Amino acid sequence: MKALIIGCGRVGSSIALQLQREGWEVTVVDENEDALTRLGDHWPGSFLVGHGMDVDLLREAGIEEADAVVASTDGDNTNIVIGQVAQKRFDIGCVVVRVLDPARADFYAERGLRTVCPTKTAIDTLTEAVRSCGIAPVQAAR
Amino acid sequence: MYAVVAGGGKVGANVARSLLRLGHEVTLVEQQRDRFERLEEEFEHQVQRGDATELHVLERAGLARPPDLVLALTGDDEDNLVIAQIAKEKYGVDKVIARVNDPRNQAHFDLLGISPTVCATSSIMALVEHEVPEHDLIHLLELRQENLEIVEVQIDRDSPSAGKRIEALDLPDGARLISVMRAGHAEIAVGHTQLEAGDQVLAILEPGKEDELRRVLLRR
Repeated sequence: MKALIIGCGRVGSSIALQLQREGWEVTVVDENEDALTRLGDHWPGSFLVGHGMDVDLLREAGIEEADAVVASTDGDNTNIVIGQVAQKRFDIGCVVVRVLDPARADFYAERGLRTVCPTKTAIDTLTEAVRSCGIAPVQAAR
Repeated sequence: MYAVVAGGGKVGANVARSLLRLGHEVTLVEQQRDRFERLEEEFEHQVQRGDATELHVLERAGLARPPDLVLALTGDDEDNLVIAQIAKEKYGVDKVIARVNDPRNQAHFDLLGISPTVCATSSIMALVEHEVPEHDLIHLLELRQENLEIVEVQIDRDSPSAGKRIEALDLPDGARLISVMRAGHAEIAVGHTQLEAGDQVLAILEPGKEDELRRVLLRR
């Protein structure tokens, strides 16, 4: 199984390493050459430097043979565009897109893009953590 | 008309100013603080600060009315794409015009159905093609949705088509001659029109047929 990860920050690099350990053949793309260091000293997969909206680069990175594409750059809109290009132009069935803004994540999810919104997850987790302290509100909210 | 202009750089600010001069109602949206403060001196309440790819910013700018026109004119193609998609598909804005900064991103706008688009680089390159004489086939117009383009070809003395009737030419499938301009006078091209050296011929064709057309008309 081949995975293409676009954006090798903390999130993208961790996904790359995890999938690689699970037996995927992983290619990583990042604009910044230094991002390769996030993949450790012995990264066995491919690493390409360039912008994820560059179709020539995506082809070079093997998007046409990819089974899964992850758009995990630090730009919501960049991820949204890359995700749609992967889905609509290259016909990739498994496309996962990181979108920090909950409103945009919902809008594009409604339109068939598999968006993952870490902000929403954080809100839910933190709210649940406060609830789990077991402090009862003095007065019910009106 | 009510227009929302996203992006208050040189392009966005000049467009907003021009629309206001024409008497239209305009809201300009700019994200950067320093730029916004400068714009506010001129545009006052008609400029708002915020990221125009955020829904609440767009709604504050009146996207839910919806505006008659949304112009996505930031310096980032991904932002312009998202603004255009949200305006069209979430708020039902009828007319959306998007700026393409890097011509290599044009394909993404086409893929996602964002049209019309404006790309300064492409326009300049089209003019360069038109002005630089060594180009023997000039792209005049791209009809992207129809998958057709209109080109101009200059027939010269060495051209195999000079002295021939159009019906005698073996034109490629998907290409037609439209008109012949000779000595400042243009005529519709028909079968018995005879091409001469010095003619400027307009042709309509499917993109990719340029080389075949060049071969038939110019043998190059």
